[in-house]
Amino acid sequence: MSLSRNDVENIAHLARLSMTEAEATEYATSLSKIFGLVAQLNAVDVSKVEPMAHPLAGQVQRLREDIVTATDEREKYQQNAVKIEAGLYLVPKVIE
Amino acid sequence: MSELHTYTLTQLAAGLRAKKFSSVELTKHFLTRVEKFNGEINAYITITADVALKQAAAADAQLASGKGGALTGLPLAHKDIFCTDGVLTTCGSKMLSNFVAPYDATVVTRLKEAGIVMLGKTNMDEFAMGSSNETSYFGAVKNPWNLNKVPGGSSGGSAAAVAARIAPAATGTDTGGSIRQPAALTSLTGIKPTYGRVSRYGMIAFASSLDQGGVMCLSAEDAALLLQSMSGFDEKDSTCIDAPVPDYSATLNQPLKGLKIGLLKEFFEQGLSPENAKPVRDALAVYEKLGAQLIEVSLPNLPLSVPTYYVVAPAECSSNLSRFDGVRFGYRCDSPRDLMDLYKRSRGEGFGSEVKRRIMTGTYVLSAGYYDAYYLRAQKIRRLITDDFANAFKQVDVLMGPTSPTPAFDIGAKVDDPVTMYLNDIYTIGANLAGLPAMSIPCGFLDELPVGLQIIGAHFSEAKLLNVAHMYQQATEWHKRIPQRYA
Repeated sequence: MSLSRNDVENIAHLARLSMTEAEATEYATSLSKIFGLVAQLNAVDVSKVEPMAHPLAGQVQRLREDIVTATDEREKYQQNAVKIEAGLYLVPKVIE
Repeated sequence: MSELHTYTLTQLAAGLRAKKFSSVELTKHFLTRVEKFNGEINAYITITADVALKQAAAADAQLASGKGGALTGLPLAHKDIFCTDGVLTTCGSKMLSNFVAPYDATVVTRLKEAGIVMLGKTNMDEFAMGSSNETSYFGAVKNPWNLNKVPGGSSGGSAAAVAARIAPAATGTDTGGSIRQPAALTSLTGIKPTYGRVSRYGMIAFASSLDQGGVMCLSAEDAALLLQSMSGFDEKDSTCIDAPVPDYSATLNQPLKGLKIGLLKEFFEQGLSPENAKPVRDALAVYEKLGAQLIEVSLPNLPLSVPTYYVVAPAECSSNLSRFDGVRFGYRCDSPRDLMDLYKRSRGEGFGSEVKRRIMTGTYVLSAGYYDAYYLRAQKIRRLITDDFANAFKQVDVLMGPTSPTPAFDIGAKVDDPVTMYLNDIYTIGANLAGLPAMSIPCGFLDELPVGLQIIGAHFSEAKLLNVAHMYQQATEWHKRIPQRYA
């Protein structure tokens, strides 16, 4: 399987990654190689196999009571944000 | 006192309790060595000397009052993937180069409560994606056995720190071999427990159905000591298993007479040179002398591990890493035009090239029209591989084979070809796909570079693995070798 630079640019958009032309060209080559490796999987008949979602058999998603367990640590967490004001995260204007 | 770095954790614990030295003295000894050697091997991203000395003083007070536990006062380094409250936590990425974690990972909390002294945070491949520690934003790590070689990855900083004896032990994480492969390349004992045995809370996620925390240290005895404190149920990780943790140290010395060892036929046939196979075969001969029985087993779907992994792991990575949006934490690009530009440039500039490659691989395999052909198919083959292992464990107690197809390779040798790099994990990925516990222990040298023996067990058989490794280490000396420069 071979991906074009255009394919890579579409994937990069879906993944919200900016990309230079040089990068897109390199990724077209390396991603094509990776999908060449992955193509080995096509040789296997999987028509009767159940997909595996969890490495341990019989495990189910644990549920907990719907009660408040976390404390409000907004100020502490917001210390890692580049731009905040009045306890809110700032982003470029989204509504004209 | 000048030789404290040559001791195992178990020996250091005995020394502390016998008051031969204090935790402060021990910690200062290691911090002095970090200062002296870290520059040349780049094993640490952050050195937490102040935290360490405070914790050491507290540990000494505990020990003096007779209250200390098995780990009280022992220094350790954490892989920089574990969140540490108030301490820079980068995951080897520019994206998190400004991130001070607001809480501790459960692994960090448990070791802290057990009295462990944190020396610092170790270098790693960016977001744990790599097998050579060359994808780190903070630069490549050097292998203490030969400074021109890679230490393996992704836990390469932890491996190099322990191998150079600038930490007596370190935490690591293993998604496709990231504890075992660097342990093999630096002559350490490394264990990746069963999926769900150790909490993933606060361990920055790469591929959530594969990630598992563990340790890298100088002996199976040390690994048992550390794993005891790290393991066990944690309600903060929804996939952490609620099952009792056995006493790992208690069964270390069980005789191996009658142990059935499965030799992985596919491992010895696939990509392994005769020279590299020799130390592994020698180790198997030692096991025979210890009374074990060798049985060849075949896992026909195992050769599909690497392609399966390179669908499942990138898919989960693309989902997990979507949280890095440049808004709430992490790197943000300069003067974004609009919100889309903010997302795209923060991610495009904040992630390194291998991380972007994996995000794109994952985005593609999960995208509309391709999901069934890639992700669903890979999850089905993952079941076939897991069933192969389950069948093997009906015949044998443990499986053995090489950890890595070659010893450490030159820095820069494989960076241009991702697929060649991915094939380094050919022997380790199977255990992650099946959620099995697995170890690597030193079993010899090839051209003066360490070679590792891999031991894989059934789910929750950590005690057995540690026992099997320990008995080998009682009969051999490989794990005691120290790189000359750091002796």
